[in-house]
Order: sequence, then C-alpha cells, then structure tokens
Amino acid sequence: MTGPAANPLTGRRIAIAIAILALIAVPYAITETYYVNIASQILLYAVFALGLNVLVGYAGLVSLGHAGLFGIAAYIVAYLLAAGYSHAFAILCGLAIGLVATAGFAALALRATGISFIMITLALGEIIWGVAYRWISLTNGDNGISVASRPAPFGFALSSAKGFYDATLIVFLLAAVAVTIFVRSPLGAALCGTRDQPRRMTALGFHVWMIRFWAFMLSGLLTLAAGILFVYYNQFISPQALALTASAEGLLMVISGGAGTLLGPIVGAALVVIVKNVVSAYVTRWNFMLGAIFVAIVVFMPEGLVPGAVRLARSALKSSARQKTAASLAVTKQ
Amino acid sequence: MTFWLLLTVNSVTFGGLLFLLSAGFSLIFGLMRIPNLTHGSMFMVGAYLGTTFLSGALGFKLNFWLAAILAAVEVAILGGLMERLLLRRLAGQPLAQVLVTLGVSFMVADLCLMAWGGDPISVTTPSGFAGFVRWGGAAFPLYRMAVIVIAVVFAAALWVMLDRTRLGAMIRAGVDDPQMARVVGIRVSQLFTIVFALGAGLAGFAGMIGGPILSVYPGLDQDMLPLALVVVILGGTGSLLGSFVGSIIIGFIYNFGQALLPELAYFILFLPMVLVLLLRPQGLFGGQVL
Repeated sequence: MTGPAANPLTGRRIAIAIAILALIAVPYAITETYYVNIASQILLYAVFALGLNVLVGYAGLVSLGHAGLFGIAAYIVAYLLAAGYSHAFAILCGLAIGLVATAGFAALALRATGISFIMITLALGEIIWGVAYRWISLTNGDNGISVASRPAPFGFALSSAKGFYDATLIVFLLAAVAVTIFVRSPLGAALCGTRDQPRRMTALGFHVWMIRFWAFMLSGLLTLAAGILFVYYNQFISPQALALTASAEGLLMVISGGAGTLLGPIVGAALVVIVKNVVSAYVTRWNFMLGAIFVAIVVFMPEGLVPGAVRLARSALKSSARQKTAASLAVTKQ
Repeated sequence: MTFWLLLTVNSVTFGGLLFLLSAGFSLIFGLMRIPNLTHGSMFMVGAYLGTTFLSGALGFKLNFWLAAILAAVEVAILGGLMERLLLRRLAGQPLAQVLVTLGVSFMVADLCLMAWGGDPISVTTPSGFAGFVRWGGAAFPLYRMAVIVIAVVFAAALWVMLDRTRLGAMIRAGVDDPQMARVVGIRVSQLFTIVFALGAGLAGFAGMIGGPILSVYPGLDQDMLPLALVVVILGGTGSLLGSFVGSIIIGFIYNFGQALLPELAYFILFLPMVLVLLLRPQGLFGGQVL
C-alpha cells in the first residue's frame, strides 16, 4: 500500500494515496488509546454508512431497518462465541445467516419503493429489535451478550487498540474499493438508472427488481461486516445497538455527508462519531442532538456536506457572476 | 374458558387503542403520502400530559376524561403547529418530511425523558370504571369494555365524518387525487393541517385512554409506532376500514402472542405482515378511504 506512484499522477490519485497513508499512520501519530479507538469507531461506522449509501444514495431506497441487519450479524457472532465456537466459524456463520436474513429483508421490502419501502424496513428493523429485546432465552434480553476475546488471525492480535484499528482499516479499505468498483460497474450505472427512471429502465429491458435486489445484498454485506466489527470492538452486544436510533444514526451519516457520493458517508461517519463522543462528554442528551441535527440538515442542507462543500469550492474557484446564477439555478432546481 | 374470554376482551381492547392510534396515521399517510414517524411520540405525549393534568402538578386537578380530552386538544395543536411550521416548508419532498418527523420524534422522546423522568407512571382507572361486568360466569373489567365502546364510537364518528360531511368529501378527494382536488378549489394544504392535527389529537387521546392499561414510560413511543406501522401495512394505507380491521387483527395476535409465547410476541407480528406483503402488497383494503 504505497500508493500508485508510477502511472499518471492525477490529483485525485495523489489525494487517495495520501489519505490511505494518513489512515495507516493514525495509530502512530496519536498513540493515546482513547483516540485510536475513536478512529476505529469512525472506520467501523464508515463501513456501515458505505453499505447504507448503496441503497440510499445509488438505489434511491431509504432504509430505516439497517440496524436490524447490523444487529443480526453481531448477535450471531456473540451467541456462537458464547456457545464456545471458534472465531472463524462464528464470523462465517454471522455473514452467511446474515446474508440469508438480508435476502429475506430485501424480498419483503422490495415489494414497495419510495415511502412504503421506508415503512417496511422500519417495521422489519423494529421487529428484529423486539426479538433481541424480548426473546430472552436466546439473546439474554436487555443484559446483552458479552464476547470474551477478540480474534487473532494469523497470529495478528486484535486485542490492542492499534491491532483492532489496523483490522478495521483493512475491512474499511476493502469496503470502499468494493463500493467504488460496484458504482462504476455497468450494474452500478443500471442501479442509478433504476433510481432516476425505473419505468424507462424496465422499458429498456433491465430487470429493475433484480438490480435493486443485488444492491440490497451488497448493502447488507457491508452492514453485516460493520456489525461484526462492532461486536468485536465493544466485546458486547445489547438491543440498544439495533434500535431505531441506530438506523437513524446510520442514515444521518449518509445524508449529512452526502448521499450518492463515495466520500460523503465516510465524512458523515466521522462527523457523527466525533459529535456523538464530544457531545456525550458534555451533555447526556445525545438523542435530542441527533434529532435536532437531523431536522437542521434536512431543512437547511439537504444535499449533504460533501456536495455542498464541493459546490461552494467550485463556485469560489471560478469567476463570480455567471457561476453564481448557475449555482442558484441548481439550488432552486433541487 | 374464562381465560380465553378475557384474552379475547383484552385483544379487542388493545385493538381499539390501536385503531385510535392508527386511524390518524393512516389518514395522514393517505392524504400527505408520508408516514408520520412522530405518531408514537404523540401517543406518549398525550399520555404524559394527561397524567400531569390528573396529578394536579399544575395547580389544578381534572377528572380522567377531561384530562384525556385536554391532552388530546394540546397534542392536536402541537401536531398542527408541526405541520404548519416544519412540514409545510418541505412541501413536495416526502423523503425530507419523513426524516424531519423522525428527527422530531427523537427530540420529543428526549424532552419527555427530561420533563417526566425515567420511571414509569401508572395511571389509575377512572372512578366508576374500576369494577367488573359479570356476564355468564365471567367477569370483564369495566374499563376495558369502556375502551372498546369508545373505539367503536370514534370509528363510527370518523366514518360519518368521512362519508357524510363536506370536510370528509374534501379529504376523500384529496386522498384520491390531490392535484385535481386543488383544481376544483379544495384547499388541500389546509386539509393537511386539519388531518395532521386530527390524527395527532386521536393519537394523544389514545395515549391517555391507554394509560390505565399500558401505563406511561419512556420508550412507549417506540413500542407503539411499529404497531401502528404494522396495522397500516396490513390494512392498507389511507383506509379507515383497513386500519379498523388491521387493528383488531394485530390486537389479537399481539395479546394472544404475549399470553402464549411471551418471548416471541413481537416476532409473531411479523407473520401477517409478511403474508400481506407477499400476497397483497397494497394491504387488505388499500386504495379506498372507507
């Protein structure tokens, strides 16, 4: 991971290489465990937000049930580890059973689109929360399930903050690459088509439902991966991680950063995790803040921070008068 | 035998409460095309306000029914204000509106926690309704029977309102085709406020009426919202008959589930939803108001 130094050094590639190097350097630059852990949290939630963004941003399907999928993977891993199975088996089962659950979720939720899709995913997510909360003999209810240890793949211990950060970084980079490849593939282009013009896509011979289904599966896979990272990070899982607030936090990451962009959900994840940690150090009213930020962003900056900043930077770079009218036109269009 | 009878009465009672909650939810959805995610919060706020009027913490003490009506009126005003001040700004952007209702529901939940604390508040059954009705060897709690009667009266009143009055005709027109309704001179945006306030008021009223049965606690909103969602997915959005039938079905499934398989009560709700989504995605009575 030295960065693509040989070929055409476009600004974009340099920026990506620097960003990756900076991410690798994080645990060396800040050695304090607390901050390394915050960085791990950001990357973990960035994986979640990247997954959710595949649906919200590129498929135009807003899910409020993703915390349920996140929780399914986390609970399966915690349950199997508590039952004495190995880490590899638990993780594989978490992904496999989680993918089956994702397919079920997708099959039901994709009976509808738009607002009804939100409602169905919300109901599904809440039902999974209800199971985690009430099915006490399986999930231990409100007391949750603890995970005794983190795994050590290939003798590479994840028990330290830095070790865990490195593992999370690898998963994060894989997720970012996967989403980038997906979005730039013909399937990704078709997905954007189904978002903007579903009927025209059908007329062109695309199987709209199937395209959405695969997008849902990719989204689910990343969400499951984030759920597994989460349960190893906290070494504990309780129904709180599955609540509607968790789904809403994920959605806030996607929307605040900018849905339908690659960088947006990552910025959004960083923003939400940092605000959440800073705020909860001073006030105990995180839910109120979450709600208020949500309302403020939706009302005042619906496009999200990344596209908003890009738009501002572009209009600042180019000459003023014409650019201003164009920008205001674009704003009124939205 | 008595056990089953009582369970049946409880199911119908809970169904009645769910109807009061979901009728407004369904009407709002039918007219404005958004699920109002603050609906659970309105149920909870109604209950909290009602208990405050009951307790006399404000310097005066109301009887139960007056408290319920006053709470309903206040919640209706809050709902109307939210529609006017927030949702109206986002007209034509259903996604933004849904997210705003979600954000507001978090804020309301936290404000309630701040104002009324984290302990559950039990609501005493109104005087005169604490007894039992004896009928054929079984004793039925009088209050639960009263809730059933109230729900039926409200269902009938809503039906008359929608079917026989000018306002009802305008609402039906708005649900059917908002653009055409505007063209023929119906002020649809005013209807939005009326229906939103009406739905909020019904939810607040249901919260207080449900108080003696469910008590009031933080998280009540999160318990009720999914039930309203499932009722509406089952019955069909925008349909009064759908929310009535859906409420009774869910009332039965939830109560029988809790009595027979307490750990899975929440999960069993999933089954009718899955069946309806697979076989009839528009809901049992989707597409018609009445």
